[in-house]
Amino acid sequence: MTVHTPIYLDYSATTPVDKRVAAKMIPFLTEDFGNPASRSHSFGWIAEKAVEEAREEVAKLVNADPREIVWTSGATESNNLAIKGAAHFYSGTKGKHVITVSTEHKAVIDPVRELEREGFEATFLQPEPNGLIDLEKFKAAIRPDTVLASVMFVNNEIGVIQDIEAIGNICRENNIIFHVDAAQATGKVLIDLEKLPVDLMSFSAHKTYGPKGIGALYVRRKPRIRIEAQMHGGGHERGMRSGTLATHQIVGMGEAFRIAREEMATENERIHMLRDRLLKGLQEIDEVYVNGDLAHRVPHNLNISFNFVEGESLIMAVKDIAVSSGSACTSASLEPSYVLRALGRSDELAHSSIRFSIGRFTTEEDVDYTINLMKSKIGKLRELSPLWEMHLDGVDLSKVEWAAH
Amino acid sequence: MNNQHTYIDHNATTRLDPRVLEVMLPYMSDQYGNATSRHVYGRSARQAIERAREQVADAVEAHPSQIVFTASGTESNNFIVRGIAALHLDKALAISAIEHPCVTKPAEAMRQIGCRVNTIAVSANGLLSTASLQSCLTSPTSLVSAMLANNETGVMQPVAEMAELAKQHGALMHTDAVQVLGKMPVSFSDLNVDAMTISSHKIGGPQGAGALVLDKRIDIQPLMMGGGQEKGLRSGTENLAAIVGFGAACELIKNELKMRSSSTQALREQLEAGLKQLGASIFGNSVARLPNTSFFAFEGIEGETMLLALDRKGYAIASGSACSSDSTEPSHVLLAMGVEEYLARGALRVSFASQNTSQEVDGFLLALASELTRLKQMTAIAV
Repeated sequence: MTVHTPIYLDYSATTPVDKRVAAKMIPFLTEDFGNPASRSHSFGWIAEKAVEEAREEVAKLVNADPREIVWTSGATESNNLAIKGAAHFYSGTKGKHVITVSTEHKAVIDPVRELEREGFEATFLQPEPNGLIDLEKFKAAIRPDTVLASVMFVNNEIGVIQDIEAIGNICRENNIIFHVDAAQATGKVLIDLEKLPVDLMSFSAHKTYGPKGIGALYVRRKPRIRIEAQMHGGGHERGMRSGTLATHQIVGMGEAFRIAREEMATENERIHMLRDRLLKGLQEIDEVYVNGDLAHRVPHNLNISFNFVEGESLIMAVKDIAVSSGSACTSASLEPSYVLRALGRSDELAHSSIRFSIGRFTTEEDVDYTINLMKSKIGKLRELSPLWEMHLDGVDLSKVEWAAH
Repeated sequence: MNNQHTYIDHNATTRLDPRVLEVMLPYMSDQYGNATSRHVYGRSARQAIERAREQVADAVEAHPSQIVFTASGTESNNFIVRGIAALHLDKALAISAIEHPCVTKPAEAMRQIGCRVNTIAVSANGLLSTASLQSCLTSPTSLVSAMLANNETGVMQPVAEMAELAKQHGALMHTDAVQVLGKMPVSFSDLNVDAMTISSHKIGGPQGAGALVLDKRIDIQPLMMGGGQEKGLRSGTENLAAIVGFGAACELIKNELKMRSSSTQALREQLEAGLKQLGASIFGNSVARLPNTSFFAFEGIEGETMLLALDRKGYAIASGSACSSDSTEPSHVLLAMGVEEYLARGALRVSFASQNTSQEVDGFLLALASELTRLKQMTAIAV
């Protein structure tokens, strides 16, 4: 089998739409094009039925009731709706303190910052160097006026899985609304919302082989969680989220989540094998560091810092693979990843990190090609690096005092 | 499915133009990058989005940098109303009486947190009253919002004149142009408004994409915060395929606008000649309307009942906006125009696209006439 370059290893940024998903979507782009809110004619009814079937599929993947699924335009909207919506609804009774983690996605951090501007207080927990939250530190952050906590299931940059059940139980004991951003978790970890003590959970389709532009928010019914709508209008989605729904995209998300439910067990086994193969190969290079815990981690993710290589030149050198040097959403800036810095990585190591994310269409050949490419490119870059030379000479670079010029 | 059905509800949503689908398909398969990624997959997604931005800007005579992509018209309207009001809670909003709920409801939400909301009245002919706007503007106002044409009556509104008034009073002017794009020329620069809402699925594009055309100098609070897409004004991974489709649909308007408006206007004239013979009251027909829209009622006939009867006969129409057809409340637009409630309850809307035919209009009129006779007989028995 030949390898097509650039090899796509950026499945955490977005995934291709699975062909089966696209096939299911197309009819809703052509003949069955009704507006699901048009109750008065059969064009609308067909669309509505398809929307409800998709809602069931999304609910099934996470073992929820379909009535607990609210469609949104994506995980960013779900996070904004959950955080602002719940904080506003419950602040009057409970208080105005929110807990989240400094390694959350911007779509959680920015709404929390917005709440701060409105007069809420927020605690941004620092994770341990492995990326996981210390439960004792979480407990210590709780105040009598803590109304909401938001912790992501799987981190987008380093792939670590937080102990959502334990954190949820702490929130329950303290009567705190618990929101979980699960955009990176669906199809990768088992999610059972009948057992998990989670009140609100955000989902995205395009991270799980569905289309872009569609997501969902899980809103628990028992005990019933209330949120203040952030988008008003025709009163779609039981008033929690208005706006004409893109039927074909909803149908696509339903099909993508159905496939995830049916295939995730075998798929993850294969991806795990590929990841281990990639890790083993890359560890043959000197001075590489894995970012984030390896045991509590989705098999799809490998985030590695290559020491003594300059970040920008590293990205330039590996053009044959499509990877991310930070989360896709922040890679427009040249700031080192705030997630890696929160783990205590130096700016240099953060800059010279690569996130490899493996998915449904990655092959063994892709992985082997990547290993060889990395070995040769890192070798060449280091040949040009005075720092690498100093390191080989036994100089401890952290102790060097650089002269300004 | 639905092959036997005649769809004449194009103000609710339109069939995706097959030429638009063609352009979208690669973005549902091989072209799947995240537009924020810096590798070639991301860069080609970014290029496609920027191309669409130019096409959309071109269709509304705006600069590409003035286009903020959103997920829908609803989102654009919520964004402008909440985003401006949130920064000026001490000032009033002036909202027209005939707006879609996705303008009035966010205004209502802002009212609940202390913002004053004034209503711009509508005249019996369906035209918004500039005199009423004048008196609204006696309170310090942050934003005026009035649609360019009403979705139910199709009546074209004096938005340029209203924008002038708003500017004189230091208020920003927003217009919801969702129903006008693709039916009549729309010029963001000529209207001299500060913000304008448009939507893809009303013009033969896919659902899932809309835009707020926005003067860059305006301070506005984003509705969706996060990754900082759309220059920080609208976070969230761009809906690549839908945006590409929106752009393609806008491109098609350029060459086809005249044909679309004259062909739908001919169908409407044919329809209304028949409606008059059947004794219908037609709303807003004394002033300029969208060429494709007809809003009418028959005394003593419930709109909902007629709607379902016509659906069984194979004609898909509306009784008002699709978004409120869940409820049996009479049209708020007609009530604001002073139409009596019993007549408003009978309101039916037909909205054509250029694919519709003269034969379909004939068939529709026949079906309507026979249902009218049947329903009148039933009413007579009931009495």
